[in-house]
Amino acid sequence: MITPGLAIPLALVAPLLGCLAIWLLDKSPNLREGATLITAVVLLALTVMIFLAVGSGQQPGYMLIEVIDGLPIEFKVEPLGAMFAVIASGLWLVNSVYSIGYMRGHNEKNQTRFYMSFAVAISAAIGVAFAANLFTLFIFYEILTLSTFPLVTHYGDEKARKGGRIYLGVLMATSIGLLLPAIVWTYAITGTTDFTVGGILIDHKEAVAPITGVLLGLYAFGIGKAALMPAHPWLPNAMVAPTPVSAFLHAVAVVKAGVFSILKIVVYIFGIDFLTDTGASIPFMWVAAGSILLASAIAMHKDNLKARLAYSTVSQLSYVTLGAMLATQMGVMGGAMQIAAHALGKMTLFMCAGAIYVAHHKTLVSEMRGLGRVMPFTFGAFFLGAMSIIGLPPMAGSWPKFLLMLGAADAGQLAIIAILMISSILNVVYLLSIPVQAFYMSPTVKEEDGGDAKSQGAGGAGIQWGNLKEAPILCIAPPLFTATGAFVLFFFADPLYNYLLPIAGGG
Amino acid sequence: MNFAEQLPVLPVITPLILAPVTLLLPQGRAPHLFATFVSWLTFAACAFLLAAVSDVGVISYHLGDWAPPLGIEYRIDLANALVLMLVSGIAAVVFPFAYASVRLEIDERQSTFFYCAMLICMTGLLGVTITGDAFNVFVFLEISSLSTYALIAMGARRDRRALTAAFNYLVMGTIGATFFVIGIGLLYQATGTLNMADLHDKLAGNSSRVVGAGFAFIVVGVGLKLAMFPLHLWLPNAYAHAPSAVSAFIAATATKVAVYVLIRFFYSVFGFDFAFEAAAFTWVLLPLGLAGMFVASFVALFQEDVKRMLAYSSVAQIGYMLLGLSFATVEGLTATLVHVFNHALMKGALFMAVACVVFRAGSHSIDAFAGLSKRMPVTTWAFILSGLSLIGVPLTVGFVSKWYLLEAAFAAGHWYAGFLIVASSLIAVLYIGRIAEVMLLREPHEEGRYAIPAKDAPLSMLIPMWVLVGANIYFGVRTGLTVDIATRAAEALMLTAGGAP
Amino acid sequence: MGWFEFVLDRYNYWIVIVLMMTGLYIVFARGNLVKKIVGLNLFQTSVFIFYITIGKIAGGTAPIYIDGELDHGDDAGHGEGVAAGHETVVGDGSESLHQAPAEDGANALPHAEEHASEALSSKIENTFAANDLKAGLESVEPSADAGSLHTAPDGADKIANDSLLHLEKPAAPGFEVEGGADAANALADVVHHSSEVIYTNPLPHVLILTAIVVGVATTAVGLALAVRIREAYGTIEEDELETMDNVAEFGDTAAAGLAS
Repeated sequence: MITPGLAIPLALVAPLLGCLAIWLLDKSPNLREGATLITAVVLLALTVMIFLAVGSGQQPGYMLIEVIDGLPIEFKVEPLGAMFAVIASGLWLVNSVYSIGYMRGHNEKNQTRFYMSFAVAISAAIGVAFAANLFTLFIFYEILTLSTFPLVTHYGDEKARKGGRIYLGVLMATSIGLLLPAIVWTYAITGTTDFTVGGILIDHKEAVAPITGVLLGLYAFGIGKAALMPAHPWLPNAMVAPTPVSAFLHAVAVVKAGVFSILKIVVYIFGIDFLTDTGASIPFMWVAAGSILLASAIAMHKDNLKARLAYSTVSQLSYVTLGAMLATQMGVMGGAMQIAAHALGKMTLFMCAGAIYVAHHKTLVSEMRGLGRVMPFTFGAFFLGAMSIIGLPPMAGSWPKFLLMLGAADAGQLAIIAILMISSILNVVYLLSIPVQAFYMSPTVKEEDGGDAKSQGAGGAGIQWGNLKEAPILCIAPPLFTATGAFVLFFFADPLYNYLLPIAGGG
Repeated sequence: MNFAEQLPVLPVITPLILAPVTLLLPQGRAPHLFATFVSWLTFAACAFLLAAVSDVGVISYHLGDWAPPLGIEYRIDLANALVLMLVSGIAAVVFPFAYASVRLEIDERQSTFFYCAMLICMTGLLGVTITGDAFNVFVFLEISSLSTYALIAMGARRDRRALTAAFNYLVMGTIGATFFVIGIGLLYQATGTLNMADLHDKLAGNSSRVVGAGFAFIVVGVGLKLAMFPLHLWLPNAYAHAPSAVSAFIAATATKVAVYVLIRFFYSVFGFDFAFEAAAFTWVLLPLGLAGMFVASFVALFQEDVKRMLAYSSVAQIGYMLLGLSFATVEGLTATLVHVFNHALMKGALFMAVACVVFRAGSHSIDAFAGLSKRMPVTTWAFILSGLSLIGVPLTVGFVSKWYLLEAAFAAGHWYAGFLIVASSLIAVLYIGRIAEVMLLREPHEEGRYAIPAKDAPLSMLIPMWVLVGANIYFGVRTGLTVDIATRAAEALMLTAGGAP
Repeated sequence: MGWFEFVLDRYNYWIVIVLMMTGLYIVFARGNLVKKIVGLNLFQTSVFIFYITIGKIAGGTAPIYIDGELDHGDDAGHGEGVAAGHETVVGDGSESLHQAPAEDGANALPHAEEHASEALSSKIENTFAANDLKAGLESVEPSADAGSLHTAPDGADKIANDSLLHLEKPAAPGFEVEGGADAANALADVVHHSSEVIYTNPLPHVLILTAIVVGVATTAVGLALAVRIREAYGTIEEDELETMDNVAEFGDTAAAGLAS
C-alpha cells in the first residue's frame, strides 16, 4: 500500500519515468501518447490521494537529501500545495488529451521533445507544490523555467527564438537576480527557509524590521512567474509556443507556480500578522492593483486572441498577489481560490483559442466574427470560461472576487474594491465581446480562403447546425470539460474553502 | 621508510621523475598511456593524502629529513589537500581526454614533448600547493608556468596567434613571478626565514615598511598569476589559442592554484594582525573582485570565439573568489574554497566540450556551434549542463558556490555585494544562453567551413567530459566532501590568521 | 649630510631600483620581442642583485669552505669540506664566533673586530640563528654601526641586535681566549676550524641561483618563442604582430558573417 508520504516522491518521479518512456517510444506515436496519458492518470491518482490525506489532517512529508547543512531538499504537503498539485495534474491529463488532438491536427514536428519537456515541467510543478522550504521551491522553480524553454521555442524560428530569449531572460533574471538573494538573505537572518505556519520572520523582528519591505519586494518581483508588472513581459512573449503549452503552462502550471509561491511566502515566511503589523505589503498591494488595471487595459486593444488572453492572465494573476498583499485572512483565501478558479477558466479559453486555430487558422479576434455559428461548442465553452474569469455566477470565478472584496474590506482598503469592480467591467469588455461577436455578428467578407468563403456563403443568422466546422473532437472535449468544471466548482466552493482554511490560520 | 610516511612527497615526486621518462618512449600511443597512468597514480596519492589529512590533521613532511625551518617542509592541511585533489583529479580526467584532441591539434613529432610538458606542468601546480616554503612556491610556480608557455605555444599548428599569446603570457608571467620573488626576498630580509609557518610567527606584530612592501609585491605578483582584474590581460588569448586539452587543464587548475597561494599568504603567512591586510581586503580585493566580475562578464558577452568567452568568464569567476576572500570571514573563505573547487569542475567540463567541437568542426568560433544539438547532441548537453552550472542553477555545483558566496555576503553585511554577485551571474545567463541558443535553435551549416557530419566526438573524449559533467551534478547535490572540507579548512585558516572563528 | 650618507650607504639598493625600472620600462616600451626579453632579463638581474645584497657581508668570502691550514695548519678531518663549511655558516653564527678566539686567539686576524661584527650581520639573514636568540628581543643600536653593508630596517635589525647583545661579552674585549671556550670545545669537531673565515650568507645565493636557472629557462623559452614567431609571422615587431592578429580576427568575423 502506498502511503501519502511515499506518494510524494512517486508523484515527482512518475512524470520523469513517463518522460523516459516517451523518449523510448519515439518511433511509435500512439504508444508514446499512451505513455503520456498513463503517466497523467497515475499522477492524478497520486496527487488526489495526497490531497485526501491532507484533507484528513495529515501532513505527509518526504526528505530527499540534505544538500547544504540545514538546507534539505524536502517536501511537506499543506492544503494549498495539495490543491495546486491536484489542479496541475488533473489539468495535465486534460491537456494531454488536448495536445494529442492539437499536435496531430497540426502535424507538428519534434513532438517527442514536446511531450518530454511537458513531463519534466509537470514534475517540476509538483515539486514546487510540495516544497517544504524555500530552497526546494527555488530548485523546482528553476527546473520549471528551464524545462519549459524548449516548449516556448518549439517552432525554432526567429520569432520563437526572440520569444524564448525574453522568456528565459526575464524569468532567470528575476529569479536569480532577486529571488535567490531574497532567499539567501532570509536564510542569513533566520538560519532556515522552512515554510512554517505563522511565518519565520516574526521571530527575528528586529533584524528584519528595517528591510521587510525590501525583502517582500524581492520576493514579489523575484517570482517572475507571478507576472507582477513590470516582471510580466515573458508571459505575452511565451505565446509563440504551441497552444497546449500556452493553455497548460502559461495559464496553469507555470504562472500558478508563481502566484502559489508568492502566496506561500507571504503566509509561511512572512506571516499575515507580521505583514499587517509592519504594513510592508501595502505598497505591493497597490502595485498588484495597478497591474490588474494596466494589464486589462492592454488586453483590450490586443487583436491577437492569445496575446489578449496573455494580458488577461497577467491581470488575473495579480488578483492572487493582491490577495496575498492584503494580508488578511479573506484576502489570502480569495487568492487561493483564485488559483483554482482561474486555472479552470483560463485554460478553457486557451484551449478554445487553439481549437479555433486548428479548425480555421485564425488568431486575430477581428477575424472571428460569426465564427460561433460554425463552432458553437468551442465558443460556448469560451463563453463559460470568460464568465468564470470575469467572476459572474454561476461560475467558479465569482467566489475569489467575492472573497477578495471581503478581504479588502477587512483591510480597510475600499479603493481596492473599486478597482476590482472596474477590472471586472474591463474583463467583460475584452473577453465577453469575443463570443458575442462570434455568435451575433456577420462574418467579415474579405476572406480569400476557399473553405471560409463557403462558410460565409451560408452565413445567415443563427447556428448552422448542418454546416459545422468544428475542430477535432480531442480539441473540443477538453475545453468543454474544464468549462463544466468551472461551473461545478461554483457549487462546491464551500468544501474547497474549508479545505484551504488552515493556510490562513483559520480552521 | 614505509609508504605512508613518504606519502606527502609522492604527488610531486611521481610526475617529476616520470615526466622525463615520457621522452624515452616511442611516438604514438605510448606517451599518452604512460602520462595517463602517471596522472592516475598522482591522483591516487592525492586522494590518500586528503583522506589522511582529514583523519589526522596537518601533515608535515621534511624533504631530505632536514627539519624546518632549515629544510623545505611540505605542509598539508585541508585547504591544500583539497586543491591537490582538485589539480590531480582534473589532470586524471584531462589526460585520457587529451589523446584524440592532441593528435588532431598538435604535430605528431611534438606529442611526446606535449605529454612530458603536461606532466611537468602538473608537477609544478601540485608543488606550489603542497609546499610550506615560500621560496619553493616560486620555484614550482615557474616550473608550471614555463611548461605552460610551451604548451600554449604548441597551439601554433592550428593558429599562429598561439605564439604571440604564449609570448605575452611569458612576459606577464615572468614579471609576476619576479614580483613574487622580490616580495619573498623582502620578507626574508625582515625575518630571516622562508618557511611559511615560521614566517607567520616572525611576522606577528611586524608591520614595518619592509614587510609592507613585500606584501604588496606578493599580492601583485600572485595577482598577475591568478589573472586578477585588471592584471588579466594575458589570460584570454592564452586560453583561446592553447591546444584544447591544455585550455581545459590550465583553465581548471592554474588560476585556482594561484588563488590558493593568495589565500595561503593572506591567512597563513600574514594574518589579520598585519596592518595592511584589512586595507588590502577592503581597498584592493573587494573592488577589484567586483570590477572583474562585471567588466570581464560584459566583455565575455561580446566574444565571437567561445574559448575566449570562457576565458573572460574565468576572469569574472576569479572575481567571485577574490570577493569571498575579501570578506575575511569563515563563510567568505569557505565560499572561496568551494568556488575554487567548483569552478574548476565547470570550466574544465566547458573547455572539454569546446575541445570536442574543435575536434569535429575544427573551430571554436561561435559559428561552429550552430545547430550543434543536431550534430553532436552528447557534447551539446555536456556544454549546456556545465553552462547551467556556471550560471549557478540549482542542483549544480555553481549553485552551491553562489549560495555560499551570497550567504557570506549577507552575513558579512555586504548586502550590496550580494546583489552584484547575482547581477553578474545574470550576465553569465546571457553569454551562456547565447551559445545555448545557437546550439539548440539554429540550423546546422550544410556546407562551408563549419559544415560538420552528424557524429559526436569519440568516446575517449566523451567519457572524461561526462565524468566532469557528472561531478558538476554530483557535488551540486552532495556537498559533503567539498563544503565540509572547505569549512573545516576555512576555520583552520581563520584560526591561524587570528580572525574570529 | 645625514641624508647624503643615507643615500650613499645604500648604493646597492639604488642600483637594484634603477635596474629594475629600466628593465620594466624596456619590457613595456619596446616593441621588439627580443628587446622585451632583454628588458625582462635586466629586470630579473636587478632581483638577483637584490638577493645578493641581502646575503652579502663586507669582507666575507663566498660561502665555500676554505681550508683552515692557511691560518694554523690544522688539517684534520677535512674530507667533507664543503658540507662542513656550509653547515658552519648555516649553523649558529654566534657559536662560530665563540670558537674563533678559542682556537686561534693568538692568531687573531688583522681585522678581527670588523669580521666579527660582519659575522654578526650574517646572522641577520640566518634563519637558524634566530632560534637561539629569541631571548634578547629588546632593540639596541642598529647593526649598521657594526660596519655591515647590510642596513635593513626593522625586523632584520632586531635580530641583528639580539645577536649583538648575545655576543657583547665574549666578543667585545678583542677576542681574547677566555670567553666561550666551553661552547667552542663542544663544537670544535663539527666546525673544523673554519670559523675564522667570514662567509657571506649562502642562503640568498642558493635562492638566487635557483632564480637564475629559472631566469635562463625563461629567456630560452622566450627567445625560442621569438624565433617561432618570426617563422610564423615574418617579424618580431609587436605593432606589426598586433596588426596581423587583428586582421586575422576581423577576417575571421567577416568570413563567418558571409557563411551565415
